[in-house]
Amino acid sequence: MTPGRLAALALLAALAAAPFVPMAGMRQYVLHVTIQIFIWSFIGGAWSLMGRFGLVSLGHGAFLGLGAYAATLLWNFYGLTPWVGGLVAVALTVGFALVVAYPCSRFRILGHYFALVTLAVGEVVRLLIIAERDWTGGSLGLTLRPARTDASLLAIQYADKRVFYYASLVVWLLGLWVWTLLDRSMARAAMEAIGEDETAAASVGIHVTRFKLGITALSAALTALGGVLYAQYFTYVNPDTLAGIGVSLRIVFAVVLGGMYSLLGPTVGTALTIALSEYLRVIFGVKFIGMAETIYGLLLVLFIIFLPSGIYGSARGLLRRRRTLEASATA
Amino acid sequence: MIDPIFLAEAAINGLLLGGVLALLALGLNLIFGVIDIVWIAYVDLVMLAMYAVYFLVMVYGWPIWLAGLAAIGVGALLGIGVHVLIISPILGSAPVNQLLATGGLLFFLQSFATFLWTTDHRSVRLALPVLEVAGIFVSFARLIAFVIAILAMIGLYLFLTRTYIGTAIRAVAQDREAMALMGADPRRVYLVTSAVGGAMAGLAAALLSIQYSVHPYFGAAFGPITFMICVLGGLGNMVGAFVASFIMSEIISIGGVTWSTEMGYVIAFALFIVMMFVRPGGILTKRE
Repeated sequence: MTPGRLAALALLAALAAAPFVPMAGMRQYVLHVTIQIFIWSFIGGAWSLMGRFGLVSLGHGAFLGLGAYAATLLWNFYGLTPWVGGLVAVALTVGFALVVAYPCSRFRILGHYFALVTLAVGEVVRLLIIAERDWTGGSLGLTLRPARTDASLLAIQYADKRVFYYASLVVWLLGLWVWTLLDRSMARAAMEAIGEDETAAASVGIHVTRFKLGITALSAALTALGGVLYAQYFTYVNPDTLAGIGVSLRIVFAVVLGGMYSLLGPTVGTALTIALSEYLRVIFGVKFIGMAETIYGLLLVLFIIFLPSGIYGSARGLLRRRRTLEASATA
Repeated sequence: MIDPIFLAEAAINGLLLGGVLALLALGLNLIFGVIDIVWIAYVDLVMLAMYAVYFLVMVYGWPIWLAGLAAIGVGALLGIGVHVLIISPILGSAPVNQLLATGGLLFFLQSFATFLWTTDHRSVRLALPVLEVAGIFVSFARLIAFVIAILAMIGLYLFLTRTYIGTAIRAVAQDREAMALMGADPRRVYLVTSAVGGAMAGLAAALLSIQYSVHPYFGAAFGPITFMICVLGGLGNMVGAFVASFIMSEIISIGGVTWSTEMGYVIAFALFIVMMFVRPGGILTKRE
């Protein structure tokens, strides 16, 4: 067994046991922060499936918001269990993503233009949620109708945070698994070729539109799933935190900070940003509102200038270079 | 059915808003055309300059026109600062990173403004009259802003066509490599472009601050629509951006009166998305 695999198993065991470690009253807080890290890492990972191939979307908030709102509205108005409602939400989001992605691919909207079109899509979803305030609650948001009991499997509502801890851990692992599957598949080579040069990729027989639509559908589906999980855990949805330019940029930044070309990059980036904002919030309290985000924004700019492949990506690159140097020294 | 008077009023307000939006879009477009980087945080510079106007007028008691001139200076300095500190180190990086660096700046400016000045809405209180023409009410402040914006755009046009540095700026926008071969210093051209773009943001700030109150999220409210106008007009295409400003502002204004403010923006954004598919090079270009 390689040391890397051993470390991964040890980490997994630690994560599985974490909720039962005595933490002297801090348990709820620690669990709450960890659940958020899992959910946002998963969403960041879903974004990076597209981002790593040059499809930089600034509108993933659209998929996140659609997923969260569809499941929530189906439960609130029709009492449809989120097990089914979540599936409907994911299917709906994939349909929506395809409607946007098909013309983008057909008319070759790339680079800056792709970023701006997706940004507009994200804003359209946010504004529609606000405009339809009669049943979405507008910018005040919407609270999930509470289930009758403290622990309801049908409604996926649990007062015990440990349930959501394990649920989000599983979903996070699912995201990593999908990433690895894609990374080892032929689709990755095809998508990399498309990201480099579409015309060249098409000329060697790669079906450009099919691959682009496929990766967009996958990314949108996972993002919507993240949205459903978010809604179930927080039992509250809000257009500004789940759709539009703000949340879309947050997702992108966390991933870029960690590194979008590596498996654990999105997780490292998300964990760091959430840990940083929690730390600053604890230090400064509510006295200096905005201080945490100010430092966060400054770090982002510095990172993009000095460490463009992200923290995790750069650290791994450094480690690899050292290893090859040692190998060549001994040889 | 909506009263035609309301519609006429909305159309006039849209026209007046279009003038200021065009000023913003031209500033952003100038920078894009020359430096080839979209400043996502452009409207956040406007927000900072609006705070400058607010404090100069309300705290230090400056007259509004002097504060407006100061805002132009503040904008130009901010433009130079952004270029020197953020843009020049990443001129050679991937376009995605350039986009994200200015996005990070947006985050930084927004939160820093929240930290310094809280999320209160602040407005410069000016007692400007409301004009009435045939039952249609027009705000005098908006009329002044429109006229000044149009004059400023004429000034920009003259600067770009009649001065040496202006000609150099247009030349770089057309061909980056050839310009360096001709012996012009691209760094100086970039710096002047950033300063001019920033100054336009400053002027827009002065014109916006007599109509709207300023708050840290002002950039988020006007930013997306500004990029979309630039792209709709064709990035780097000045005439296109000018026309697109009025199309978008009319949609927002009339849509806002007919349905709701949000729906006005939804229609404008949806039009943008569709136009990107139909006319990706901007509304004034022919499809290849």
